[in-house]
Amino acid sequence: MAKVLMKGNEAIGAAAIKAGCRFFFGYPITPQNELPEYMSRELPKVGGTFLQAESEVAAINMVYGAAGAGARVMTSSSSPGISLKAEGISYIAGAELPCLIVNIVRGGPGLGGIQPAQSDYFLATKAAGHGDFRLVVLAPASIQEMTDLVMESFDIADQYRNPVMVIGDGMLGQMMEPVELREPKKRDLPAKDWATTGTAGRNYRNVINSLALDPAELEKHNLKLQAKYREIEKNEVKYEVYNCDNPDIIAVAYGTTSRIVKNVIGKCKEEGINVGLIRPISLWPFPYDVINEYADRTKAFLSVEMSTGQMIDDIKIGANGKKPVYFYGRTGGMVPEPDGIMAEIKKILGGAK
Amino acid sequence: MQEDKRIRIITGHYGSGKTEFAVNYTIKLSEEGKKVAIADMDIVNPYFRSREKKAYMEKLGIRVVAPLEGAANADIPALPAEIYALMQDSSYDVVLDVGGDAVGAKALGRYFDYLSRGGYDMLIVVNANRPNTGSPESVVRYIEEIERAARIPATGLINNTHMLRETTLDDVLRGQEVVEEVSRVKNLPVKYISAVESVAAQIPKGLQGEVFPIKMYMRPEWL
Repeated sequence: MAKVLMKGNEAIGAAAIKAGCRFFFGYPITPQNELPEYMSRELPKVGGTFLQAESEVAAINMVYGAAGAGARVMTSSSSPGISLKAEGISYIAGAELPCLIVNIVRGGPGLGGIQPAQSDYFLATKAAGHGDFRLVVLAPASIQEMTDLVMESFDIADQYRNPVMVIGDGMLGQMMEPVELREPKKRDLPAKDWATTGTAGRNYRNVINSLALDPAELEKHNLKLQAKYREIEKNEVKYEVYNCDNPDIIAVAYGTTSRIVKNVIGKCKEEGINVGLIRPISLWPFPYDVINEYADRTKAFLSVEMSTGQMIDDIKIGANGKKPVYFYGRTGGMVPEPDGIMAEIKKILGGAK
Repeated sequence: MQEDKRIRIITGHYGSGKTEFAVNYTIKLSEEGKKVAIADMDIVNPYFRSREKKAYMEKLGIRVVAPLEGAANADIPALPAEIYALMQDSSYDVVLDVGGDAVGAKALGRYFDYLSRGGYDMLIVVNANRPNTGSPESVVRYIEEIERAARIPATGLINNTHMLRETTLDDVLRGQEVVEEVSRVKNLPVKYISAVESVAAQIPKGLQGEVFPIKMYMRPEWL
Protein backbone atom coordinates (compact mmCIF):
# COMPACT_ATOMS: atom_id res chain seq x y z
CA MET A 1 0.00 0.00 0.00
CA ALA A 2 1.28 3.48 -0.87
CA LYS A 3 1.58 6.04 1.87
CA VAL A 4 -1.48 8.16 2.60
CA LEU A 5 -1.93 11.11 4.88
CA MET A 6 -4.01 10.15 7.89
CA LYS A 7 -5.13 11.65 11.12
CA GLY A 8 -4.11 9.58 14.14
CA ASN A 9 -7.65 8.65 15.07
CA GLU A 10 -8.50 7.51 11.55
CA ALA A 11 -5.25 5.56 11.28
CA ILE A 12 -6.07 3.59 14.45
CA GLY A 13 -9.35 2.54 12.85
CA ALA A 14 -7.72 1.56 9.57
CA ALA A 15 -5.03 -0.45 11.38
CA ALA A 16 -7.56 -2.22 13.59
CA ILE A 17 -9.68 -3.30 10.63
CA LYS A 18 -6.57 -4.47 8.79
CA ALA A 19 -5.66 -6.52 11.89
CA GLY A 20 -9.01 -8.30 11.68
CA CYS A 21 -10.96 -6.33 14.26
CA ARG A 22 -14.61 -6.59 13.30
CA PHE A 23 -16.36 -5.19 16.38
CA PHE A 24 -16.24 -1.73 17.86
CA PHE A 25 -18.31 -0.62 20.82
CA GLY A 26 -17.92 2.87 22.16
CA TYR A 27 -19.35 6.17 23.21
CA PRO A 28 -18.27 9.56 21.81
CA ILE A 29 -15.85 11.91 23.54
CA THR A 30 -13.37 14.50 22.24
CA PRO A 31 -10.52 14.22 21.17
CA GLN A 32 -11.03 10.70 19.81
CA ASN A 33 -14.34 11.04 17.97
CA GLU A 34 -12.84 10.56 14.52
CA LEU A 35 -12.10 6.96 15.49
CA PRO A 36 -15.67 5.80 16.21
CA GLU A 37 -16.80 7.91 13.25
CA TYR A 38 -14.31 6.07 11.05
CA MET A 39 -15.40 2.70 12.40
CA SER A 40 -19.09 3.49 11.93
CA ARG A 41 -18.38 4.17 8.26
CA GLU A 42 -15.82 1.46 7.54
CA LEU A 43 -16.72 -1.57 9.69
CA PRO A 44 -20.03 -2.33 7.92
CA LYS A 45 -18.12 -2.44 4.61
CA VAL A 46 -16.13 -5.47 5.83
CA GLY A 47 -19.05 -7.23 7.51
CA GLY A 48 -18.19 -5.88 10.94
CA THR A 49 -20.35 -4.24 13.58
CA PHE A 50 -20.08 -0.74 14.94
CA LEU A 51 -22.33 0.03 17.85
CA GLN A 52 -22.60 3.26 19.75
CA ALA A 53 -23.56 2.12 23.21
CA GLU A 54 -25.72 4.11 25.62
CA SER A 55 -22.67 4.69 27.84
CA GLU A 56 -19.03 3.77 28.32
CA VAL A 57 -20.05 1.20 30.90
CA ALA A 58 -22.28 -0.54 28.38
CA ALA A 59 -19.62 -0.32 25.68
CA ILE A 60 -16.90 -2.01 27.70
CA ASN A 61 -19.27 -4.80 28.70
CA MET A 62 -20.12 -5.36 25.04
CA VAL A 63 -16.38 -5.68 24.47
CA TYR A 64 -16.32 -8.28 27.26
CA GLY A 65 -19.06 -10.25 25.52
CA ALA A 66 -17.53 -10.15 22.05
CA ALA A 67 -14.06 -10.98 23.37
CA GLY A 68 -15.52 -13.89 25.35
CA ALA A 69 -16.97 -15.23 22.11
CA GLY A 70 -13.48 -15.10 20.59
CA ALA A 71 -13.90 -12.04 18.36
CA ARG A 72 -11.27 -9.41 17.68
CA VAL A 73 -12.85 -6.40 19.34
CA MET A 74 -11.94 -2.94 20.50
CA THR A 75 -13.23 0.18 22.17
CA SER A 76 -11.86 3.66 22.44
CA SER A 77 -12.38 6.70 24.60
CA SER A 78 -10.63 9.61 26.22
CA SER A 79 -9.70 9.97 29.87
CA PRO A 80 -13.06 10.46 31.67
CA GLY A 81 -14.58 7.77 29.47
CA ILE A 82 -11.79 5.35 30.36
CA SER A 83 -12.48 5.99 34.04
CA LEU A 84 -16.05 4.90 33.40
CA LYS A 85 -14.79 1.75 31.71
CA ALA A 86 -12.50 0.86 34.62
CA GLU A 87 -14.78 -1.74 36.17
CA GLY A 88 -15.27 -3.52 32.86
CA ILE A 89 -11.54 -3.46 32.12
CA SER A 90 -10.89 -5.22 35.42
CA TYR A 91 -13.52 -7.85 34.57
CA ILE A 92 -11.93 -8.38 31.16
CA ALA A 93 -8.49 -8.79 32.73
CA GLY A 94 -9.92 -11.13 35.38
CA ALA A 95 -11.68 -13.27 32.80
CA GLU A 96 -8.49 -13.19 30.68
CA LEU A 97 -10.04 -11.81 27.53
CA PRO A 98 -8.06 -10.29 24.67
CA CYS A 99 -9.14 -6.88 23.39
CA LEU A 100 -7.82 -3.44 22.50
CA ILE A 101 -8.68 -0.35 24.50
CA VAL A 102 -7.57 2.96 22.99
CA ASN A 103 -7.18 5.98 25.26
CA ILE A 104 -6.64 9.34 23.55
CA VAL A 105 -5.79 11.30 26.65
CA ARG A 106 -7.10 14.79 27.45
CA GLY A 107 -6.40 17.12 30.34
CA GLY A 108 -7.89 16.21 33.73
CA PRO A 109 -8.83 15.59 36.46
CA GLY A 110 -12.60 15.40 36.28
CA LEU A 111 -14.17 16.48 33.03
CA GLY A 112 -10.99 18.47 32.46
CA GLY A 113 -10.60 19.85 28.95
CA ILE A 114 -10.22 18.66 25.38
CA GLN A 115 -6.55 19.52 24.81
CA PRO A 116 -3.77 16.90 24.87
CA ALA A 117 -2.34 15.41 28.09
CA GLN A 118 -0.41 12.44 29.45
CA SER A 119 -1.98 12.51 32.86
CA ASP A 120 -3.48 9.02 32.54
CA TYR A 121 -0.10 7.32 33.04
CA PHE A 122 -1.06 6.23 36.55
CA LEU A 123 -4.45 5.07 35.35
CA ALA A 124 -3.03 3.06 32.45
CA THR A 125 0.00 1.51 34.14
CA LYS A 126 -1.01 1.18 37.79
CA ALA A 127 -4.75 1.25 38.24
CA ALA A 128 -6.96 0.80 35.20
CA GLY A 129 -9.42 -0.82 37.58
CA HIS A 130 -9.61 -2.75 40.84
CA GLY A 131 -7.68 -5.86 41.71
CA ASP A 132 -4.26 -7.36 40.97
CA PHE A 133 -4.07 -7.04 37.22
CA ARG A 134 -1.99 -5.53 34.49
CA LEU A 135 -2.73 -4.05 31.11
CA VAL A 136 -0.13 -4.11 28.40
CA VAL A 137 0.21 -0.37 27.68
CA LEU A 138 1.70 0.78 24.39
CA ALA A 139 2.53 4.43 23.71
CA PRO A 140 3.28 5.37 20.10
CA ALA A 141 5.02 8.61 19.16
CA SER A 142 4.01 8.86 15.51
CA ILE A 143 1.02 7.92 13.40
CA GLN A 144 3.08 5.24 11.67
CA GLU A 145 4.05 3.72 14.99
CA MET A 146 0.46 4.02 16.16
CA THR A 147 -0.79 1.86 13.28
CA ASP A 148 2.06 -0.64 13.79
CA LEU A 149 1.29 -0.96 17.50
CA VAL A 150 -2.48 -1.17 17.02
CA MET A 151 -2.01 -4.08 14.64
CA GLU A 152 0.44 -5.80 16.94
CA SER A 153 -1.70 -5.17 20.01
CA PHE A 154 -4.38 -7.58 18.79
CA ASP A 155 -1.72 -10.30 18.50
CA ILE A 156 -0.30 -9.49 21.93
CA ALA A 157 -3.80 -9.60 23.41
CA ASP A 158 -4.50 -12.97 21.80
CA GLN A 159 -1.11 -14.43 22.72
CA TYR A 160 -1.50 -13.69 26.43
CA ARG A 161 -5.29 -13.52 26.68
CA ASN A 162 -4.93 -10.06 28.14
CA PRO A 163 -6.37 -6.62 27.34
CA VAL A 164 -3.98 -4.15 25.71
CA MET A 165 -4.24 -0.38 25.95
CA VAL A 166 -2.83 1.86 23.24
CA ILE A 167 -2.40 5.27 24.79
CA GLY A 168 -1.90 8.49 22.87
CA ASP A 169 -2.29 12.07 23.93
CA GLY A 170 -4.89 14.13 22.07
CA MET A 171 -2.19 15.53 19.79
CA LEU A 172 -1.48 12.05 18.40
CA GLY A 173 -5.17 11.50 17.82
CA GLN A 174 -5.62 14.76 15.98
CA MET A 175 -2.42 15.27 14.03
CA MET A 176 -1.84 14.04 10.50
CA GLU A 177 1.17 12.19 9.16
CA PRO A 178 2.06 9.98 6.21
CA VAL A 179 1.32 6.38 7.03
CA GLU A 180 1.52 2.96 5.47
CA LEU A 181 -0.27 -0.06 6.97
CA ARG A 182 2.27 -2.82 7.59
CA GLU A 183 1.74 -6.33 8.86
CA PRO A 184 3.35 -7.00 12.23
CA LYS A 185 5.88 -9.79 12.66
CA LYS A 186 4.00 -13.08 12.70
CA ARG A 187 3.36 -14.55 16.13
CA ASP A 188 2.38 -18.10 16.87
CA LEU A 189 -1.04 -17.52 18.38
CA PRO A 190 -2.81 -20.15 20.45
CA ALA A 191 -6.24 -21.36 19.35
CA LYS A 192 -9.12 -19.68 21.17
CA ASP A 193 -10.40 -22.98 22.53
CA TRP A 194 -11.73 -21.17 25.59
CA ALA A 195 -14.20 -19.00 23.68
CA THR A 196 -17.95 -19.40 24.14
CA THR A 197 -18.73 -20.51 20.62
CA GLY A 198 -20.95 -23.51 21.42
CA THR A 199 -20.08 -26.95 22.76
CA ALA A 200 -20.18 -28.62 19.32
CA GLY A 201 -20.88 -31.99 20.91
CA ARG A 202 -18.37 -31.61 23.77
CA ASN A 203 -19.46 -32.69 27.21
CA TYR A 204 -18.38 -29.42 28.89
CA ARG A 205 -19.12 -25.75 28.40
CA ASN A 206 -16.64 -22.92 28.18
CA VAL A 207 -17.40 -20.33 30.84
CA ILE A 208 -16.25 -16.70 30.75
CA ASN A 209 -16.34 -15.35 34.28
CA SER A 210 -14.43 -13.21 36.75
CA LEU A 211 -16.28 -14.28 39.90
CA ALA A 212 -14.55 -16.71 42.28
CA LEU A 213 -16.07 -16.86 45.74
CA ASP A 214 -13.60 -19.39 47.13
CA PRO A 215 -10.58 -17.33 48.26
CA ALA A 216 -8.17 -20.22 47.74
CA GLU A 217 -9.41 -20.57 44.16
CA LEU A 218 -9.17 -16.82 43.61
CA GLU A 219 -5.64 -16.71 44.96
CA LYS A 220 -4.71 -19.51 42.61
CA HIS A 221 -6.20 -17.58 39.72
CA ASN A 222 -4.23 -14.48 40.77
CA LEU A 223 -0.98 -16.42 40.88
CA LYS A 224 -1.67 -17.71 37.40
CA LEU A 225 -2.21 -14.14 36.23
CA GLN A 226 1.01 -13.03 37.88
CA ALA A 227 2.97 -15.78 36.16
CA LYS A 228 1.55 -14.52 32.88
CA TYR A 229 2.56 -10.93 33.71
CA ARG A 230 6.14 -12.05 34.44
CA GLU A 231 6.16 -13.68 31.01
CA ILE A 232 4.95 -10.43 29.41
CA GLU A 233 7.61 -8.47 31.30
CA LYS A 234 10.21 -10.81 29.85
CA ASN A 235 8.99 -10.66 26.25
CA GLU A 236 7.20 -7.43 25.54
CA VAL A 237 9.34 -4.51 26.73
CA LYS A 238 9.63 -1.95 23.91
CA TYR A 239 11.70 1.21 23.93
CA GLU A 240 13.85 3.50 21.83
CA VAL A 241 17.29 4.76 22.87
CA TYR A 242 18.30 7.93 21.04
CA ASN A 243 21.56 9.91 21.21
CA CYS A 244 22.63 8.20 24.45
CA ASP A 245 26.30 7.54 23.59
CA ASN A 246 27.83 10.20 25.77
CA PRO A 247 25.03 12.16 27.36
CA ASP A 248 25.23 14.92 29.96
CA ILE A 249 21.65 14.10 30.84
CA ILE A 250 19.08 11.61 29.59
CA ALA A 251 15.50 12.72 29.10
CA VAL A 252 12.82 10.07 29.47
CA ALA A 253 9.67 10.84 27.52
CA TYR A 254 7.01 9.00 25.54
CA GLY A 255 4.46 9.90 22.88
CA THR A 256 4.26 13.48 21.64
CA THR A 257 6.57 14.70 24.40
CA SER A 258 9.40 12.52 23.10
CA ARG A 259 9.15 14.30 19.75
CA ILE A 260 9.51 17.65 21.43
CA VAL A 261 12.54 16.31 23.31
CA LYS A 262 14.13 15.20 20.02
CA ASN A 263 13.78 18.77 18.81
CA VAL A 264 15.40 19.95 22.06
CA ILE A 265 18.28 17.50 21.56
CA GLY A 266 19.12 19.21 18.26
CA LYS A 267 18.96 22.67 19.81
CA CYS A 268 21.11 21.61 22.78
CA LYS A 269 23.75 20.14 20.46
CA GLU A 270 24.21 23.60 18.94
CA GLU A 271 25.14 24.83 22.41
CA GLY A 272 27.43 21.93 23.19
CA ILE A 273 25.05 20.14 25.56
CA ASN A 274 24.54 16.46 24.84
CA VAL A 275 21.06 15.28 25.74
CA GLY A 276 20.00 11.66 25.33
CA LEU A 277 16.51 10.24 25.13
CA ILE A 278 15.07 6.99 26.40
CA ARG A 279 11.59 6.60 25.02
CA PRO A 280 9.48 3.91 26.64
CA ILE A 281 7.17 2.48 23.96
CA SER A 282 5.66 -0.06 26.34
CA LEU A 283 4.69 1.88 29.48
CA TRP A 284 3.85 -1.47 31.00
CA PRO A 285 6.01 -3.47 31.00
CA PHE A 286 8.28 -0.47 31.70
CA PRO A 287 11.91 -0.63 30.46
CA TYR A 288 13.41 -0.58 33.97
CA ASP A 289 16.54 -2.48 32.92
CA VAL A 290 17.35 0.02 30.18
CA ILE A 291 17.08 2.94 32.60
CA ASN A 292 19.30 1.06 35.03
CA GLU A 293 21.91 0.35 32.37
CA TYR A 294 22.09 3.98 31.24
CA ALA A 295 22.17 5.27 34.81
CA ASP A 296 25.87 4.38 34.70
CA ARG A 297 26.45 6.63 31.69
CA THR A 298 24.62 9.85 32.56
CA LYS A 299 24.73 12.48 35.30
CA ALA A 300 20.98 12.60 35.68
CA PHE A 301 17.59 11.74 34.23
CA LEU A 302 14.87 14.20 33.33
CA SER A 303 11.30 13.01 33.02
CA VAL A 304 9.41 15.16 30.51
CA GLU A 305 5.66 14.74 30.57
CA MET A 306 2.36 16.38 29.84
CA SER A 307 1.36 15.76 33.43
CA THR A 308 2.60 16.80 36.85
CA GLY A 309 5.07 13.90 36.93
CA GLN A 310 3.48 10.47 36.84
CA MET A 311 6.41 8.59 35.28
CA ILE A 312 9.05 9.79 37.76
CA ASP A 313 8.54 6.84 40.11
CA ASP A 314 9.15 4.28 37.39
CA ILE A 315 12.32 6.03 36.26
CA LYS A 316 13.49 6.08 39.90
CA ILE A 317 12.83 2.36 40.22
CA GLY A 318 14.91 1.83 37.08
CA ALA A 319 17.71 4.16 38.18
CA ASN A 320 17.67 2.47 41.59
CA GLY A 321 19.25 5.45 43.35
CA LYS A 322 22.28 5.61 41.07
CA LYS A 323 21.41 9.02 39.63
CA PRO A 324 18.95 11.78 40.43
CA VAL A 325 15.66 11.98 38.52
CA TYR A 326 14.38 15.47 37.71
CA PHE A 327 11.08 16.49 36.22
CA TYR A 328 9.75 19.00 33.73
CA GLY A 329 6.17 19.05 32.57
CA ARG A 330 3.13 21.01 31.55
CA THR A 331 -0.36 19.88 32.30
CA GLY A 332 -4.05 20.55 31.81
CA GLY A 333 -3.78 20.50 28.02
CA MET A 334 -0.65 22.64 27.72
CA VAL A 335 2.09 21.23 25.48
CA PRO A 336 5.70 21.75 26.64
CA GLU A 337 7.67 24.19 24.49
CA PRO A 338 11.20 23.20 23.44
CA ASP A 339 12.56 26.36 25.08
CA GLY A 340 11.03 25.47 28.44
CA ILE A 341 12.59 22.00 28.40
CA MET A 342 15.95 23.42 27.35
CA ALA A 343 15.93 25.98 30.16
CA GLU A 344 15.24 23.20 32.66
CA ILE A 345 18.13 21.12 31.30
CA LYS A 346 20.51 24.07 31.64
CA LYS A 347 19.31 24.69 35.17
CA ILE A 348 19.93 21.06 36.17
CA LEU A 349 23.34 20.84 34.52
CA GLY A 350 24.36 24.23 35.90
CA GLY A 351 23.47 23.08 39.38
CA ALA A 352 25.32 19.78 38.93
CA LYS A 353 28.66 21.47 38.25
CA MET B 1 -6.19 36.79 -5.26
CA GLN B 2 -7.26 40.28 -6.17
CA GLU B 3 -9.79 38.83 -8.58
CA ASP B 4 -11.42 36.55 -6.02
CA LYS B 5 -14.75 37.78 -4.71
CA ARG B 6 -14.91 39.72 -1.44
CA ILE B 7 -16.00 36.74 0.62
CA ARG B 8 -13.74 33.71 0.18
CA ILE B 9 -15.10 30.50 1.64
CA ILE B 10 -12.41 27.88 2.17
CA THR B 11 -13.90 24.43 2.46
CA GLY B 12 -13.22 20.84 1.47
CA HIS B 13 -12.66 17.36 2.71
CA TYR B 14 -11.79 16.80 6.32
CA GLY B 15 -8.02 17.08 6.78
CA SER B 16 -7.35 18.47 3.31
CA GLY B 17 -5.43 21.47 4.66
CA LYS B 18 -8.18 24.08 4.60
CA THR B 19 -7.07 25.94 7.70
CA GLU B 20 -3.42 26.06 6.67
CA PHE B 21 -4.43 27.43 3.28
CA ALA B 22 -6.95 29.86 4.79
CA VAL B 23 -4.40 31.28 7.24
CA ASN B 24 -1.74 31.63 4.52
CA TYR B 25 -4.24 33.22 2.14
CA THR B 26 -5.43 35.66 4.80
CA ILE B 27 -1.91 36.74 5.69
CA LYS B 28 -1.01 37.19 2.02
CA LEU B 29 -4.12 39.31 1.42
CA SER B 30 -3.18 41.45 4.36
CA GLU B 31 0.38 41.82 3.05
CA GLU B 32 -1.10 43.16 -0.18
CA GLY B 33 -2.55 46.02 1.84
CA LYS B 34 -6.13 44.83 2.08
CA LYS B 35 -8.34 45.29 5.13
CA VAL B 36 -8.78 41.63 5.97
CA ALA B 37 -10.83 39.53 8.33
CA ILE B 38 -10.83 35.77 8.87
CA ALA B 39 -13.61 33.87 10.61
CA ASP B 40 -12.90 30.51 12.22
CA MET B 41 -16.13 28.64 11.44
CA ASP B 42 -14.77 25.18 12.25
CA ILE B 43 -17.44 23.38 14.24
CA VAL B 44 -15.91 19.94 13.64
CA ASN B 45 -12.23 19.87 14.56
CA PRO B 46 -11.11 20.21 18.16
CA TYR B 47 -7.43 20.98 17.35
CA PHE B 48 -5.42 22.86 14.70
CA ARG B 49 -8.01 25.61 14.18
CA SER B 50 -7.29 29.11 12.91
CA ARG B 51 -8.33 30.58 16.28
CA GLU B 52 -5.03 29.21 17.62
CA LYS B 53 -3.25 31.81 15.45
CA LYS B 54 -5.51 34.68 16.59
CA ALA B 55 -2.85 36.63 18.47
CA TYR B 56 -0.34 36.20 15.64
CA MET B 57 -2.74 37.39 12.94
CA GLU B 58 -4.06 40.27 15.04
CA LYS B 59 -0.52 41.55 15.35
CA LEU B 60 -0.46 41.70 11.55
CA GLY B 61 -3.57 43.87 11.63
CA ILE B 62 -5.99 41.11 10.66
CA ARG B 63 -9.41 40.96 12.26
CA VAL B 64 -9.91 37.46 13.62
CA VAL B 65 -13.43 36.34 14.37
CA ALA B 66 -13.48 33.26 16.56
CA PRO B 67 -15.62 31.88 19.36
CA LEU B 68 -15.39 33.88 22.59
CA GLU B 69 -12.16 33.46 24.56
CA GLY B 70 -13.62 31.18 27.23
CA ALA B 71 -15.47 29.09 24.65
CA ALA B 72 -12.61 28.48 22.22
CA ASN B 73 -12.22 24.94 23.58
CA ALA B 74 -15.80 24.42 24.65
CA ASP B 75 -16.36 21.63 22.13
CA ILE B 76 -19.74 23.09 21.14
CA PRO B 77 -20.73 24.13 17.62
CA ALA B 78 -21.34 27.80 18.42
CA LEU B 79 -20.59 30.58 15.94
CA PRO B 80 -20.15 34.21 16.99
CA ALA B 81 -22.71 36.78 15.84
CA GLU B 82 -19.79 38.89 14.63
CA ILE B 83 -19.70 36.81 11.44
CA TYR B 84 -22.80 38.74 10.33
CA ALA B 85 -20.75 41.94 10.53
CA LEU B 86 -18.28 40.50 8.03
CA MET B 87 -21.13 39.53 5.70
CA GLN B 88 -22.47 43.11 5.79
CA ASP B 89 -19.37 45.31 6.03
CA SER B 90 -18.12 45.46 2.46
CA SER B 91 -14.98 47.37 3.46
CA TYR B 92 -13.50 44.01 4.54
CA ASP B 93 -12.00 41.29 2.42
CA VAL B 94 -13.21 38.20 4.22
CA VAL B 95 -11.91 34.64 4.52
CA LEU B 96 -14.25 32.04 6.01
CA ASP B 97 -12.34 29.03 7.34
CA VAL B 98 -15.01 26.34 7.33
CA GLY B 99 -14.89 22.90 9.01
CA GLY B 100 -14.37 19.79 6.90
CA ASP B 101 -16.85 17.70 4.93
CA ALA B 102 -20.58 18.29 4.63
CA VAL B 103 -20.92 18.36 8.40
CA GLY B 104 -18.56 21.34 8.60
CA ALA B 105 -20.12 23.08 5.61
CA LYS B 106 -23.47 23.01 7.37
CA ALA B 107 -22.26 26.04 9.32
CA LEU B 108 -22.63 28.08 6.11
CA GLY B 109 -26.33 27.33 5.83
CA ARG B 110 -27.47 30.11 8.12
CA TYR B 111 -25.71 32.76 5.98
CA PHE B 112 -27.69 31.69 2.93
CA ASP B 113 -29.48 35.05 2.72
CA TYR B 114 -26.14 36.83 2.26
CA LEU B 115 -24.28 34.25 0.21
CA SER B 116 -27.09 33.44 -2.21
CA ARG B 117 -26.77 36.99 -3.60
CA GLY B 118 -23.37 36.07 -4.96
CA GLY B 119 -20.32 38.11 -4.11
CA TYR B 120 -18.51 35.07 -2.79
CA ASP B 121 -16.04 32.45 -3.94
CA MET B 122 -16.30 28.99 -2.43
CA LEU B 123 -12.98 27.24 -2.96
CA ILE B 124 -12.67 23.50 -2.43
CA VAL B 125 -9.32 22.39 -1.02
CA VAL B 126 -8.20 18.98 -2.29
CA ASN B 127 -5.43 16.76 -0.99
CA ALA B 128 -5.31 13.67 -3.19
CA ASN B 129 -3.02 11.98 -0.65
CA ARG B 130 -5.93 11.67 1.78
CA PRO B 131 -7.49 8.18 1.70
CA ASN B 132 -11.00 9.34 0.71
CA THR B 133 -10.13 11.92 -1.94
CA GLY B 134 -7.59 10.07 -4.04
CA SER B 135 -9.75 9.87 -7.20
CA PRO B 136 -11.67 12.49 -9.20
CA GLU B 137 -14.95 10.63 -8.57
CA SER B 138 -14.50 10.70 -4.80
CA VAL B 139 -13.61 14.42 -4.86
CA VAL B 140 -16.70 15.18 -6.96
CA ARG B 141 -18.85 13.28 -4.48
CA TYR B 142 -17.41 15.31 -1.59
CA ILE B 143 -17.95 18.58 -3.43
CA GLU B 144 -21.58 17.74 -4.10
CA GLU B 145 -22.18 16.80 -0.47
CA ILE B 146 -20.57 20.04 0.66
CA GLU B 147 -22.62 22.09 -1.81
CA ARG B 148 -25.82 20.47 -0.58
CA ALA B 149 -24.97 21.18 3.06
CA ALA B 150 -23.77 24.75 2.36
CA ARG B 151 -26.76 25.40 0.06
CA ILE B 152 -24.53 27.26 -2.40
CA PRO B 153 -22.41 26.08 -5.34
CA ALA B 154 -18.63 25.90 -5.25
CA THR B 155 -16.77 28.29 -7.56
CA GLY B 156 -13.22 26.95 -7.67
CA LEU B 157 -10.68 24.28 -6.74
CA ILE B 158 -7.38 24.33 -4.89
CA ASN B 159 -4.85 21.56 -5.39
CA ASN B 160 -3.27 21.24 -1.97
CA THR B 161 -1.92 17.71 -2.42
CA HIS B 162 0.89 17.20 0.04
CA MET B 163 2.60 14.77 2.43
CA LEU B 164 3.51 17.39 5.06
CA ARG B 165 7.30 17.62 5.44
CA GLU B 166 7.77 14.69 3.03
CA THR B 167 6.00 16.47 0.13
CA THR B 168 7.61 16.15 -3.29
CA LEU B 169 6.80 17.67 -6.66
CA ASP B 170 5.34 14.26 -7.62
CA ASP B 171 2.69 14.61 -4.93
CA VAL B 172 1.64 17.97 -6.31
CA LEU B 173 1.57 16.75 -9.92
CA ARG B 174 -0.42 13.63 -9.07
CA GLY B 175 -2.90 15.81 -7.18
CA GLN B 176 -3.02 18.19 -10.14
CA GLU B 177 -4.18 15.37 -12.42
CA VAL B 178 -7.02 14.57 -10.02
CA VAL B 179 -8.00 18.19 -9.58
CA GLU B 180 -7.87 19.01 -13.30
CA GLU B 181 -10.15 16.05 -14.00
CA VAL B 182 -12.55 17.31 -11.31
CA SER B 183 -12.33 20.72 -12.98
CA ARG B 184 -13.52 19.21 -16.28
CA VAL B 185 -16.34 17.18 -14.72
CA LYS B 186 -17.64 19.92 -12.45
CA ASN B 187 -16.79 22.81 -14.79
CA LEU B 188 -14.94 24.60 -11.98
CA PRO B 189 -11.64 26.44 -12.48
CA VAL B 190 -8.49 25.33 -10.66
CA LYS B 191 -7.71 28.57 -8.83
CA TYR B 192 -4.59 27.69 -6.88
CA ILE B 193 -1.89 25.07 -6.54
CA SER B 194 -0.61 25.39 -3.00
CA ALA B 195 2.58 23.83 -1.71
CA VAL B 196 5.30 24.58 0.81
CA GLU B 197 7.74 27.13 -0.58
CA SER B 198 10.56 24.69 -1.47
CA VAL B 199 8.18 22.49 -3.51
CA ALA B 200 6.21 25.40 -4.98
CA ALA B 201 9.44 26.70 -6.53
CA GLN B 202 9.72 23.49 -8.60
CA ILE B 203 6.17 23.49 -10.03
CA PRO B 204 6.39 23.73 -13.84
CA LYS B 205 4.55 26.36 -15.85
CA GLY B 206 1.48 25.54 -17.91
CA LEU B 207 -0.65 23.95 -15.19
CA GLN B 208 -4.12 25.22 -14.40
CA GLY B 209 -4.16 27.48 -11.36
CA GLU B 210 -1.86 30.02 -9.77
CA VAL B 211 1.05 28.61 -7.75
CA PHE B 212 0.53 29.60 -4.13
CA PRO B 213 3.55 28.99 -1.87
CA ILE B 214 2.57 28.43 1.77
CA LYS B 215 4.27 28.37 5.14
CA MET B 216 3.29 25.83 7.79
CA TYR B 217 1.78 28.16 10.35
CA MET B 218 -0.44 25.53 11.98
CA ARG B 219 2.16 22.83 12.59
CA PRO B 220 4.43 23.21 15.62
CA GLU B 221 8.13 23.35 14.71
CA TRP B 222 8.87 20.13 16.59
CA LEU B 223 6.28 18.14 14.66
